[in-house]
Amino acid sequence: MNAILTVANKEFHDGLRNRWVMSISLIFALLATGLAYFGAAASGQAGFTNLSTTLVSLASLAVFVIPLIALMLAYDGVVGEDESGTLLLLMTYPLSRWQLVLGKMMGHWMIMAFSTIIGFGLSAIIMGSFSENTTWNELLMPYAFFITFAILLGWIFIAIATMISASVIEKSKAAGLALIVWFIFIFMFDLSLLGLLVGTEGNVNAELFPYLLLLNPTDVFRLIIISFFAEQQLTGLMAVAQHAQFSMFSLIFSMLVWFIAPVLGAISLFNKRKL
Amino acid sequence: MNIVELQQAEKNYQGVEALKSIDLSLQQGEVLGLFGHNGAGKTTTIKLILGLIKPSAGQVRVFGEDPTGDNAYHLRRQLGFLQENVSFYQQMTGREVLDYFAKLKGCDKKQVTDLLEEVGLAHAAMRRVKTYSKGMRQRLGLAQALLGQPKLLLLDEPTVGLDPIATQDFYQGIARLKAQGSTIILCSHVLAGVEKYIDRALILGQGHLLAEGSLSTLTEQTNLPVTFHLQGSNIQLPSALQANAVDINGGLKLHVNQQQKMATLQQLLTLPSLENIDIHMPSLEDIYTHYMNEVQHREPPR
Repeated sequence: MNAILTVANKEFHDGLRNRWVMSISLIFALLATGLAYFGAAASGQAGFTNLSTTLVSLASLAVFVIPLIALMLAYDGVVGEDESGTLLLLMTYPLSRWQLVLGKMMGHWMIMAFSTIIGFGLSAIIMGSFSENTTWNELLMPYAFFITFAILLGWIFIAIATMISASVIEKSKAAGLALIVWFIFIFMFDLSLLGLLVGTEGNVNAELFPYLLLLNPTDVFRLIIISFFAEQQLTGLMAVAQHAQFSMFSLIFSMLVWFIAPVLGAISLFNKRKL
Repeated sequence: MNIVELQQAEKNYQGVEALKSIDLSLQQGEVLGLFGHNGAGKTTTIKLILGLIKPSAGQVRVFGEDPTGDNAYHLRRQLGFLQENVSFYQQMTGREVLDYFAKLKGCDKKQVTDLLEEVGLAHAAMRRVKTYSKGMRQRLGLAQALLGQPKLLLLDEPTVGLDPIATQDFYQGIARLKAQGSTIILCSHVLAGVEKYIDRALILGQGHLLAEGSLSTLTEQTNLPVTFHLQGSNIQLPSALQANAVDINGGLKLHVNQQQKMATLQQLLTLPSLENIDIHMPSLEDIYTHYMNEVQHREPPR
């Protein structure tokens, strides 16, 4: 356990040192505050408006940014150490392979959690201080809920990035693969589902089709946020989920599965890695 | 108990034989030099001993145990390793790097201060590794290998990038560690200067063990000649020696069997026109070259 924490602590401090933590926090804070203030600009007004509208739109924006940041943060975690020669050295230390890779992931998780709390938390404070129609109490729960699942989403993609990192030999390959993974989950997946709907003229199994959404963690995240703010209209692809009426429990459960699977995957891939 | 024991150890990488039936046993306090061309199997041997890879056949024992087994965890606390071309973490200071490795090895921070002092990096401890010269990085690597006072040290190309003085310092450090009872495996292709500090040499070529033994044993085995450089004009050698002599600039070069060294020397000293004499005993480098030539004649490199 000690060794894992030592590795995690080092990764976290690397994140502080090379300004990852600061940059991510800043991006999140700007994103959230900007969206909260200008979110209603399309309807002709600026200023802090409805909290649930803000957070639901923020969720749609976050699914682009959070996975990208997480993948960039962790794609070279293993392969980078291999290239600099320190991986070989670390493996001669009293440290098991799973401890090293889990420690690395934990360090990156800490960076992600810390920056998400700071970034989105900051925007909550700004909104609470300047908005006239929202009280602190109204703000606390929704933001805490949103931040929790934003962190989990980031953790999922950190685990996926670590999986990529553990399975390739070159850093550039890891970067390429990470980009492909991002593209698939963010664009290709939803596009193909929509394509399927349009192509079959909606003639799909209405019972089964919504479950396909669970195959993409970013969709699960959006469903969780939307379900939390139940009064929100489901739009776009999310509307297909109406047929299935996922319970909050099943959504959170699938999110957790999406978290645990790549963690185990990363560990087992790293165990098989040749030195 | 032997500190390191290899019995018929072999390693294949996808059908390519990196190492072929190597036998080796190393006792406590011995310093072994591991020599060979690139791809001879030096690094593979080291990886086997470190437990980073499993042998394809044969047995590897370190402190009497399997280095890849369940007890490897404890075993590794007693190991020190410095690998070739390690670049460490560029953004961290030397002190931070050592603190990190010390924590992983479970030794206290006081040792870090002492080791930085010992390798002469105390003044640069608070600087980032990025700003270090190659020699400083190498010394940081050495300090890392010495964490936790390891009983077995494996050093892969430790003197690469060190200037002659630093190399000298390094070898004196090796001698000190040996005196303290450490067992050391030194892997190098820089041969000059190593002789004095190793007890035994092991020469590898294309995955085969070419020769193993102390320097005097190897010198005897190879039966390489002693070379005399004779300076002077018109040196008239006794007829028995003339066949082994070659003219060089300003004198003669003479190869003589080791056993006849003293007899020849006495003969040479009586020569009237001899101005200077220079005796060259077969060095580790000569022995190495001898075995390398042998392996090249035996089977052409692929």
